[in-house]
Amino acid sequence: MSTFLGMPSLPVYGTGNLFASESFPTAAHRELGNAQLRANLGHATHTIRDKRLKMVAELPDWEQLRDAGSAIKESVMARLPELLEQFEENFTARGGVIHWARDADEANAIVAGLVRDTGETEVVKVKSMATQEIGLNEYLEEQGITAFETDLAELIVQLDHDKPSHILVPAIHKNRTEIRDIFLREMPGADPQLTDDPAVLAMAARAHLRRKFLSAKVAVSGANFALADSGTLAVVESEGNGRMCLTLPETLITVMGVEKLLPSWQDLEVFMQLLPRSSTGERMNPYTSLWTGVTEGDGPQNMHLVLLDNGRSAALADEMGRSALHCIRCSACMNVCPVYERTGGHAYGSTYPGPIGAILSPLMTGIQAEENNSLPYASSLCGACYDACPVKINIPDILVHLRSVDVDSKRGKKKLPSQMDAGMKAASWALSSGKRLGMIEKGLPLGRLVAGPDKKITKLPGIAAGWTQSRDIPAPPRESFRSWWAKEHRKPDTSSAPEPSQDKEDQP
Amino acid sequence: MSAREEILGRIRTALKDNPEAPQIPRQYRQTSPLDESALIELLVDRLIDYKAQVSVVDAAGVPARIAELLAGAQSYVVPTGVDAGWLTGLDHESGERRRHLDSTAAPLSVAELDGIDAVVTGSAVAVAETGTIILDGSPNQGRRAISLVPDHHICVVNAADIAGILPEALRRIDGTRPLTMISGPSATSDIELERVEGVHGPRKLDVIIAR
Repeated sequence: MSTFLGMPSLPVYGTGNLFASESFPTAAHRELGNAQLRANLGHATHTIRDKRLKMVAELPDWEQLRDAGSAIKESVMARLPELLEQFEENFTARGGVIHWARDADEANAIVAGLVRDTGETEVVKVKSMATQEIGLNEYLEEQGITAFETDLAELIVQLDHDKPSHILVPAIHKNRTEIRDIFLREMPGADPQLTDDPAVLAMAARAHLRRKFLSAKVAVSGANFALADSGTLAVVESEGNGRMCLTLPETLITVMGVEKLLPSWQDLEVFMQLLPRSSTGERMNPYTSLWTGVTEGDGPQNMHLVLLDNGRSAALADEMGRSALHCIRCSACMNVCPVYERTGGHAYGSTYPGPIGAILSPLMTGIQAEENNSLPYASSLCGACYDACPVKINIPDILVHLRSVDVDSKRGKKKLPSQMDAGMKAASWALSSGKRLGMIEKGLPLGRLVAGPDKKITKLPGIAAGWTQSRDIPAPPRESFRSWWAKEHRKPDTSSAPEPSQDKEDQP
Repeated sequence: MSAREEILGRIRTALKDNPEAPQIPRQYRQTSPLDESALIELLVDRLIDYKAQVSVVDAAGVPARIAELLAGAQSYVVPTGVDAGWLTGLDHESGERRRHLDSTAAPLSVAELDGIDAVVTGSAVAVAETGTIILDGSPNQGRRAISLVPDHHICVVNAADIAGILPEALRRIDGTRPLTMISGPSATSDIELERVEGVHGPRKLDVIIAR
């Protein structure tokens, strides 16, 4: 395929809530100080992890489903222009109207315009990552339009003027008592006798939102899947707030990233098995709604879909990173991540936290945007996220790739070599020859001297100080293993020596 | 340049390495080996696990079971295409008085639906393995709003409509109809990931499996 004349050849990055405004280590350090947060997160992530494992173990063909899911998404990315055009044709033929949005600002303006056209000043919202990403609620508020979040967790976050910290359970960082207090403080007409029993709190939310649902004229949703061969959209949910928003209002405005497509109806059978078990750890979520354009006499009669790029095409342009767009937003990677479990979602800055966010955010914004270059380092590369991912996104590989993109992006910008550059150069020199390494190893007793009588090195100089900030280094041995081995094998007669055969000198 | 042209152009440029669309390996299960009684048993187990109430009756027993479940309801709604035989178990006079009919031609308002206690519908297909019932808006299931707003949903599933696994079930329905997949009553796990049944959708789901 040739490059299209007049088309931008450089990636065009996304805007909106995709940025870490401070570096991950700084934000993580602050969040780690919050013991309540860590306790809440530890409890929640472990609960959901166990549920997921149990549900996944029930299916004998889980790995085959993952293989199919991964291949379907890879195929979608390869065929994206063609599938988008096919979807557009089908959706439009069934009475829907498609709007294309290059970035967050354009998407927000389109939605606000559509709401304004209805003459309404209030909308009900189904939980949607895409609208979080573009900051739709805040924009609508500036335009004099009030958006009511109707998912329980989103409602909690909205009432508390807080930010979501997890893509599936956005209020995971709050415990029941904190939620009760938010309801008492922010929910008009909340019963002062409200207890912190989750069932009681859920009923309070039901009562609070019921009137809104029954009178709403306009709803805004996201979409979990879009089928190219029919123009069908799907929303997967639990509470019934989605059904309310998708069924009762006259106008439905859906905002969806361009990567959400699936080629055909048959592909849904794969994803509707993968998503609920990975996400909430259920065999199936309580409710899934599917609609294909307008159905006369059933549901909204004005149907709009905003197709959002906002940096997705930039992510797609990265051959190593494009599979991050396979993500179906299940959040399994967050729940198994040892880093997320301790820092929580706010430390990542972006709408997309956790392992997937650490790759998706910099891919969509470019590595040099704000502090997003710190995100690919927010990982121990343990690989738990890759194992848990229902569409087999190799997150650790992409993290490493993005670290190299980050390093490359800084190369040649500084006149003087940094400590890291110098250290790496020295390591490269030392490790490229056994003789050199042996020479350096002779210095080990010096380390013992530094360690002193308690046999610990507690403080390293320069950038290495980061290593000893939270751990000690045990005193090094008297001599290196290699030197010990060589010595032992030179004296085959001594009783303590191992089998004298196969004795080999160090590689040069 | 329109946003459409520009976005499609960006995507084409991003794919300038011409990645190949792989063959899709569909080695996952396509069918389930269970017979009808095993399917019923599995579906019942899964529905109960997600806090739905289930009864298994002979087709002739459906009217009596519906009458029993509606005993406490002041009012109920049925789609006009509902199997008329299902309502014969109700006391003639009170059954009529409490009944509201709904169709796309003569829909009840949302406020009217909000004042109705229960809804009786059929279903298109069910999935035993996941405890899922799928409504497709056929005349015996009606508009999506009627099975959503009333707080008690009584849903009849014909044993012949139970599929073992999801791929089998989805092959039996038309994906372009307005579809609702229901797996238990509405629920949330948003507070400390503790599952609470009953939020905005019907808080009570009664499933009648008709053999």
